[in-house]
Amino acid sequence: MFNLNDLLVMIPELYLTAAACVLLLMDVFLGDSERNITHWTAILVLVVAIYLVVFGQPPGTATAFDGMFVRDRMAEILKCFVLTATVIMFVLARPYLRDRKLQYGEFYSLTLFAVLGLLLLISAGNLLTLYLGLELFSLPTIALVAMNRESGLSSEASIKFFVLSALASGLLLYGMSMIYGASGSLDLAAIYRSAATTAHPHLLRYGLVFLVVGIGFKFGAVPFHMWLPDVYEGAATPVTLFISSAPKLSAVAMAYRLLESGMGAMAGDWRIMLAALAVLSMAVGNIAAIAQKNLKRMLAYSTISHMGFLFLGLAAGNAEGFAAATFYAVCYALMETVAFGIILTLARAGFECEMIDDLKGLNRRSPWFAGMMAIAMFSLAGVPPLFGFFAKVMVLKAAIDGGMLWLAIVAIVAAIIGLYYYLRVVKVMYFDQPDETAEPLRAQADMPLRWVLSLNALALIALGLFSGPLFDWCQAAFGIS
Amino acid sequence: MSNWPILSLLIWVPSLGAIPVLLAGNARPRLARWLSLAVSVITFAISLLMLAAYHPADGTMQLQELHRWIPGIHSTYHLGVDGISAALIVLTTFTTVLVIGGAWEVIQDKVHQYMAAMLVLEGLMIGVFCALDALLFYLFFEAMLIPMFIIIGIWGGPRRVYATFKFFIYTFLGSIFFLVGLIYLYHRAGTFDLPTLWSLPLTMEEQVWLFFAFLIAFAVKTPMVPVHTWLPDAHVEAPTGGSVILAAIMLKVGTYGFVRFSLPVLPDASHALGWLIIVLSLVAIIYIGYVALVQEDMKKLVAYSSIAHMGFVTLGLFIVFMLLREHADPQAARLGVQGAMVQMVSHGFVSGAMFTCIGVMYDRLHSRLIRDYGGLAQAMPWFAAFMVLFAMANCGLPGTSGFVGEFMVILSSFAANPWITLFAAFTLIIGAGYTLWLVKRVVFGRVESEHVRTMGDINLREACVLGAFAAAVLAVGIWPWPLTHLMDASVAHLISQLTATKV
Repeated sequence: MFNLNDLLVMIPELYLTAAACVLLLMDVFLGDSERNITHWTAILVLVVAIYLVVFGQPPGTATAFDGMFVRDRMAEILKCFVLTATVIMFVLARPYLRDRKLQYGEFYSLTLFAVLGLLLLISAGNLLTLYLGLELFSLPTIALVAMNRESGLSSEASIKFFVLSALASGLLLYGMSMIYGASGSLDLAAIYRSAATTAHPHLLRYGLVFLVVGIGFKFGAVPFHMWLPDVYEGAATPVTLFISSAPKLSAVAMAYRLLESGMGAMAGDWRIMLAALAVLSMAVGNIAAIAQKNLKRMLAYSTISHMGFLFLGLAAGNAEGFAAATFYAVCYALMETVAFGIILTLARAGFECEMIDDLKGLNRRSPWFAGMMAIAMFSLAGVPPLFGFFAKVMVLKAAIDGGMLWLAIVAIVAAIIGLYYYLRVVKVMYFDQPDETAEPLRAQADMPLRWVLSLNALALIALGLFSGPLFDWCQAAFGIS
Repeated sequence: MSNWPILSLLIWVPSLGAIPVLLAGNARPRLARWLSLAVSVITFAISLLMLAAYHPADGTMQLQELHRWIPGIHSTYHLGVDGISAALIVLTTFTTVLVIGGAWEVIQDKVHQYMAAMLVLEGLMIGVFCALDALLFYLFFEAMLIPMFIIIGIWGGPRRVYATFKFFIYTFLGSIFFLVGLIYLYHRAGTFDLPTLWSLPLTMEEQVWLFFAFLIAFAVKTPMVPVHTWLPDAHVEAPTGGSVILAAIMLKVGTYGFVRFSLPVLPDASHALGWLIIVLSLVAIIYIGYVALVQEDMKKLVAYSSIAHMGFVTLGLFIVFMLLREHADPQAARLGVQGAMVQMVSHGFVSGAMFTCIGVMYDRLHSRLIRDYGGLAQAMPWFAAFMVLFAMANCGLPGTSGFVGEFMVILSSFAANPWITLFAAFTLIIGAGYTLWLVKRVVFGRVESEHVRTMGDINLREACVLGAFAAAVLAVGIWPWPLTHLMDASVAHLISQLTATKV
């Protein structure tokens, strides 16, 4: 039986469920010309949700529904940034969607449901809740990817995403069933307790392999990355922005819940699996990105390599490591919103700014946005004093502290390779002259977009120079004072 | 006055001063020029204040500032200067003023961005010289690449993209191993604080691994043979101001890294592997000297001569252990380090001046090839006078700053091993060879080309820039005492750190 306290623990999620339904209904009564009302309402909904996550609840850890739902400080940070990234996405997306007549009301409600799935995933205390959150995220996202109905590329990406995520979910469920068989419970805390004493360690280990596969798919780590470049390229850019930022945050929580909270006794096994995925992701991601001409695809491969870096923190397998991984995920989400935000800014009706060469001579056209993009690129490359550098330092430190010096050295070699393609974008913007024949680049005049994008980019500098408080917050979430 | 955060001001006045310069925009180049000149002059003035507040007799870190920065990894915002860094900071602020003055009419395209990049670069270089936290040091050390990348890439020559990529990737490759080394040190010491790392005991095996990790970073930056190949390309393609900053200051960042990290943190590995550095330094002095001899491009020639001169710095730094631990001769060791330091400052002035001279010629004829010139002494007598003076300094003529440092290093090397002296002294011949030959072909002789005949002499602005360099070169050459006095106690302090073993 549940009581009222259980409901209080999950107020933000309940609120978001209700709000998303109301938004869906409300939009039915709005005409195409009044879509901006939906837009601003959706943003308001998310801002209130941020408020509820941060201030709406008593501090500390709490569980609800017999441990099905866990609220702790890690969940607080990750939810906060999932919601923030979504707000940024909404603001940046509006002119793009409006110009392409894609500003459907469903875009907003589907995104809100997907976000709800992410929040549930972050707070899952039970294999079932976790699976529920995962699917609640995936299904609306598949629809979002296919939103641009006229584009064959979108439909292809959507189908690919659907089939592969169904496969991954299947594998994950299969693993869960084995774990259930070995431990007799779906509750992560109970699994943790029984893992140490189980009579079937092999079955448990077998299940663990499938869990890692599921996690790898969610992050897009090699060799489970095949969907990522196609989805990034095929989806409308706002959707790509969403997929590349918020889900990565919740994936950290998923890894933490499954691996540390659930299978902590088998850390020796999963640490080495994650290390292998990290090496593969960094190598394949960085090398494949060099060959890309399409900016979105390049960023997709860069995502893969960044997930490899994030795995350094996870593979350390201790609180320090998870704190570093959380820090990395927050940093990564904020960098991606800038990079895709620039693509959105430069796109206009009938013109997608998708190729790297499309950025030629941007510094002449609009030096401000060229500067923002350069900040994002240098940050992605991990050059100080930007945010990305500190994220890299933290995961490298976690790996070295965790006794994986070799992994840190592999990672820096990968970082050197990765440097090249980020620099190439800066080169195109700053050193190349625009083609005579090409249409001149024009930045969007939409004011909210300009402000949010600029603040977002400046945050990459500010959070670099003053990374102390955020890192403290991440460490506190895992009980390091 | 003494409570002011002078070092923070030195870092942040130019770094943040770049913002109004950028805001001046492309449409108002005059405003951007004057603003950036004002910022750089103010920074220079602050650096003189810093010099006044510094007590040379006490060689330890002074004017320290310590604030919380990233408590989660025990990294602090810790600044401080000793005699060595004070001298390099003044060199930086001095050179930046001249570079901004030198770029006045030369840079016509996107003036505001050029000037802003220079100011940011200045702030970051000063930051390197006063950081007392390893992570903070690394931050400045790496961040310098961004403005330099942009400077070479936008305002450089025809192969600028190749050169700037090579520069960035080469340096990044070197320094990222340094980062892993630093994180390992943190793993051992639990802090990034440099004074703590200086006294951290380390086993020989650890020291050797860390030594190589650090060596890659600093050897690329210095640059030492065989990782010097980015430098000629970067110099040839960079605009004049970029070359000046690169040669005068950025190269010193590499050797400064040796002084702050390799020597005091890893004294035993530095002792054991000192022979490697000494050999590489001698190779740089002799082999690169010969390479300089055959260059046809003036900038390349000066770039190679820079590598040879930096060989003296690394030589002076690493013979210390031989002198201290094998010959028990701290006096000679002190002379060696002192010489290396004077050579760093002197090379800053001389190479900066040489590149400025080449820039002056390039602005008139748009060629850097030696064969396009000849007989400049007739067309540009004033310029020729300056050029000859700097050339003399470059080959180490007594009375110029180039002599002092080289002589001190050669003297101390004699106490270590006369063979080293023999090879090092080759520079006096080769250096004179390539520099005098350059001067002969460019400045003297008959005017062969019509273009040269019509070249106007230097204007007032160029005369001021070159005059300032000349004054500095002569001052250090004739009366080096203020400079050596400034660094003396700090060098003695460094030597005392190196005497004890850490194993």
